[in-house]
Amino acid sequence: MAIDYLYPDYEIIRNYDRCIACRVCERQCANEAHEYLSDSKKMVSDDAKCVNCHRCVSLCPTRALKIVPSNHTFRSNANWDGKSIKEIYKQADSGGVLLSSMGNPEKYPVYFDKILINASQVTNPSIDPLREPMETKVYLGAKPGKIERDEEGRIKTNLPPHITLSMPIMFSAMSYGSISLNAHESLARAAAELGILYNTGEGGLHEDLYKYGKHTIVQVASGRFGVHKKYLSSGAAIEIKMGQGAKPGIGGHLPGKKIVGDISKTRMIPEGTDAISPAPHHDIYSIEDLRQLVYSLKEATGYTKPIIVKIAAVHNVSAIASGIARSGADIIAIDGFRGGTGAAPTRIRDHVGIPIELALASVDKRLRDEGIRDQVSIVVGGSIRSSADVIKAIALGADCVYIGTAALIALGCHLCRSCQTGKCNWGIATQREDLVKRLNPNIGYKRLVNLLTGWQHEIKEMMGGMGINSIEALKGNRLMLRGVGLNEKELEILGIKHAGE
Amino acid sequence: MKYVIIGNSAAAVGAVEAIRKNDREGRIVIASSENYHVYSRPLISYLLMGKTNEEKMKYRNDDFYKDNGCELKLNKTAQRIDIGQKRVIFEDGDNENYDTLLIATGSSPVIPPIPGLDKVKNKYTFTTLDDAKALDGALKENSRVLIMGAGLIGLKCAEGISKRKVRITCVDLSYKVLSSILDDESSEIIKKHLEENQIKFYLKRQVIEFEENLALLDDNTKIPFDVLVLAVGVRPNISLFKDAGGRTNRGILIDERCRTSIPNIYAAGDCCESMDASSGEVKVMALLPNAYMQGECAGMNMSGVDFVFDRAIPMNAIGLFGKHIITAGTYSGDAYLETDGKSYKKLFYSKNRLNGFILVGHIEKAGIYTALVREKTPLHTLDFELICKAPGLMALQKKEREEILGGVCREAAGS
Amino acid sequence: MKRVYVNEKWCLGCHLCEYYCAFASTNEKDMARALKDKRISPNIRVEELDGISFAVSCRHCREPLCVKGCITGALRKMGGTIVIDRDKCIGCYTCILCCPYGAISPSEDGAVQKCELCIRTGSGTPYCVQGCPNEAIVYEERGE
Repeated sequence: MAIDYLYPDYEIIRNYDRCIACRVCERQCANEAHEYLSDSKKMVSDDAKCVNCHRCVSLCPTRALKIVPSNHTFRSNANWDGKSIKEIYKQADSGGVLLSSMGNPEKYPVYFDKILINASQVTNPSIDPLREPMETKVYLGAKPGKIERDEEGRIKTNLPPHITLSMPIMFSAMSYGSISLNAHESLARAAAELGILYNTGEGGLHEDLYKYGKHTIVQVASGRFGVHKKYLSSGAAIEIKMGQGAKPGIGGHLPGKKIVGDISKTRMIPEGTDAISPAPHHDIYSIEDLRQLVYSLKEATGYTKPIIVKIAAVHNVSAIASGIARSGADIIAIDGFRGGTGAAPTRIRDHVGIPIELALASVDKRLRDEGIRDQVSIVVGGSIRSSADVIKAIALGADCVYIGTAALIALGCHLCRSCQTGKCNWGIATQREDLVKRLNPNIGYKRLVNLLTGWQHEIKEMMGGMGINSIEALKGNRLMLRGVGLNEKELEILGIKHAGE
Repeated sequence: MKYVIIGNSAAAVGAVEAIRKNDREGRIVIASSENYHVYSRPLISYLLMGKTNEEKMKYRNDDFYKDNGCELKLNKTAQRIDIGQKRVIFEDGDNENYDTLLIATGSSPVIPPIPGLDKVKNKYTFTTLDDAKALDGALKENSRVLIMGAGLIGLKCAEGISKRKVRITCVDLSYKVLSSILDDESSEIIKKHLEENQIKFYLKRQVIEFEENLALLDDNTKIPFDVLVLAVGVRPNISLFKDAGGRTNRGILIDERCRTSIPNIYAAGDCCESMDASSGEVKVMALLPNAYMQGECAGMNMSGVDFVFDRAIPMNAIGLFGKHIITAGTYSGDAYLETDGKSYKKLFYSKNRLNGFILVGHIEKAGIYTALVREKTPLHTLDFELICKAPGLMALQKKEREEILGGVCREAAGS
Repeated sequence: MKRVYVNEKWCLGCHLCEYYCAFASTNEKDMARALKDKRISPNIRVEELDGISFAVSCRHCREPLCVKGCITGALRKMGGTIVIDRDKCIGCYTCILCCPYGAISPSEDGAVQKCELCIRTGSGTPYCVQGCPNEAIVYEERGE
């Protein structure tokens, strides 16, 4: 076009002393940012096409490439920064809704980074996880209120169905359609090897992955894609998706051109139709309706599988959670505003929802206050980035965490946030066969196993440092946490003291 | 078990290496009419060019006979075979008993019966190391060399001596060079290339008379020369076997186990005639790869292992002044042609099989075509259009490739 | 014996195997210095067409046709690996005529070249295997 308002965000810097013109950058960039000029025998790059995914940088055998932010600037302005200005240009060009991928990148407080963990010293001895037994195993589901005995005094089995996990971490819901089958396979195989679960997301379960059913949470979302009897009975648990942290209040949209082949078959919709998940479930307009769905699913699976209800963290999350706990659900999953997504309207992703730390603390407190905390397990997600975040989440009251973005990063994601283009150079957020090939599940699943093995060990080290030897003893143990740089209100909501107190 | 091998070239080596896989104890005696450690005969032209030397020409290293427990008898020419006594008698009176015998006597150059040939003092054949040494000694600067025969041997000889500042003329009865392996068009390309390298040709002509330094052609052309090389063809050395009562044609007749018509006598290499798998005809296929593989086949059967080699096809790889030629099989059927005047590709196919091919210039991956001819691969099982344009595994079916690249190595001919 | 196996399911056609192979045959420690401004002639070559790609290198056959056909004896079997004495080779290309996989190529100095499983680099694992980013090329024992 005649006037180009948008200067490239990134510049590709090539060290020509090290470039051997092997052309791997050209071959591997789905955005065609590199080209080999045969007459001058040189590689050249087009900065405008670069999305900063680092595929070329990572594959370059001589480390001749790097990506830097363009230092082409607007006049400095604390209010009208470059990003805000460019977004207006984009909407003036297209008239459309701005779409973004992955989690909220804006500068809101990250409460995990303002919380510190305790360690034992002098009076309370710490435990060495390499020498003494340390338990990271958790069970998710309703805990019975009391022990019941029969006429002979033997304990009656009044335990509802549970999920058993080797550590308090699960892979969160990412649909087949937003991510590739190879990504799903990597998650499934890693979950199986680690003894945890992964989540199908709203795209249904591909038939090749039914064999990992014991390690699968099958999701029932508002579009009900791929939901049939076999699907429900194949999983270890069923999750009803009421909302998602990245886009609370709205549904999902996978464009028709991505609904082909196996995606169409797995979702059970015709090829080429848009896969629209409506904002509400159109059969759930009250808490009673939710209870009805929960029990329908339990009936359909013979009361053998725990039911999870997933909600986004919004303002009255604790009231909603209380309602869900009374609806018969076994587990509540809360997704904070930092949660990732394949594609969501930018304004909703960046301005709607609340931090998971605050949501979790308030839900945990509310359920305890109402005396129903043991009727449900709480799973939280929405930017759990490290084992320290896991410890903090559990201490704030979670039974378990969901990781999404962290898992994708382990698989190769570089958080370039261009998933919505469908040209993920790492084979994760794409359905293009030539790109999906790049994620070899034989390599992918090992990386996930490595990640969580490392995290599990770190969790044990941190727990041992606190003098605790099981997750049970850490759960809701707010005394193990102290805040820094938090005001009175924040400390009150989180239920923790300030460091120094 | 006592093995006797008459001959000391590729077929003999193939036999020895096969025998020793199965029998490390039996005695092996090799009788060679020459005076050398086994050497690669095709290399004699490279020796003249200076591209190799007598040491590098050895086909196997110095320890070969010792490591394989072979007794090598040099300068021993076999005179006759007593099949009743199972004994070979040599010209010098020596003899050797055998339990099983391999005849690998190769071939000898044809001396054309042209009047006056006996007057020519400086005449040489060009098949052995001694021939090459003799020719080397006879060449001086500005020698005029007349080579009779524009076939494989004649042209390699021409290439071999080309750097010596000699003037080379070549005469052949055929109207084209390399008439045994090239068709008209490809032969023309080679002829032009050779002429650019200062070889002068008189084709479709023959010498009708010689004087000491002059050749008279049938069109009355007179060619003066200082050195004459006779390279009009070779004949399998079958007399030894024929005299013993064995069945021969042009060569010794062998079956697919290299057995001859006489029990316990095998034959392999240039002295034999066998089935050409690409045409179904029985013929002499005098090329080193076949000689080795026939020798190997004979050796396996001689040492008690049933082994079949039924995929012999004519094939040639020859480079002349930097231009390479690779051919194989039979030139019959429909043809796929690609040429730009300097390079040439022609594939011959019929009845869903590749019968043969000629490649000049671009010879990369030629072996893929050779395999199609040798294995009689049905052409409908591959992407024929693609393989004509570019030989490669891409034209094969995916499961074929999985076998080749991802698992079982295909066993080659002879198993 | 461990061999190099290629799985076209994972091959991305990135050609890194070719560059690592070429690098292996120089004696340099740094690939940039070794290959800058050089045209490479690797022993492993990628075939690609319409989204299918795979790398082809010497299969080190148990019954090697190239060795049987070699007129100089430059090609020989050492252990299970087929190696070539490039000094003895005179570039007749009979091996190219014989190899059913097209794994031997002419090279600039007249002799032929082919994969020798990096035995001369002392590397342990062949360079093409090390350089493949997607485990399309592996070095394994598969009982052959």
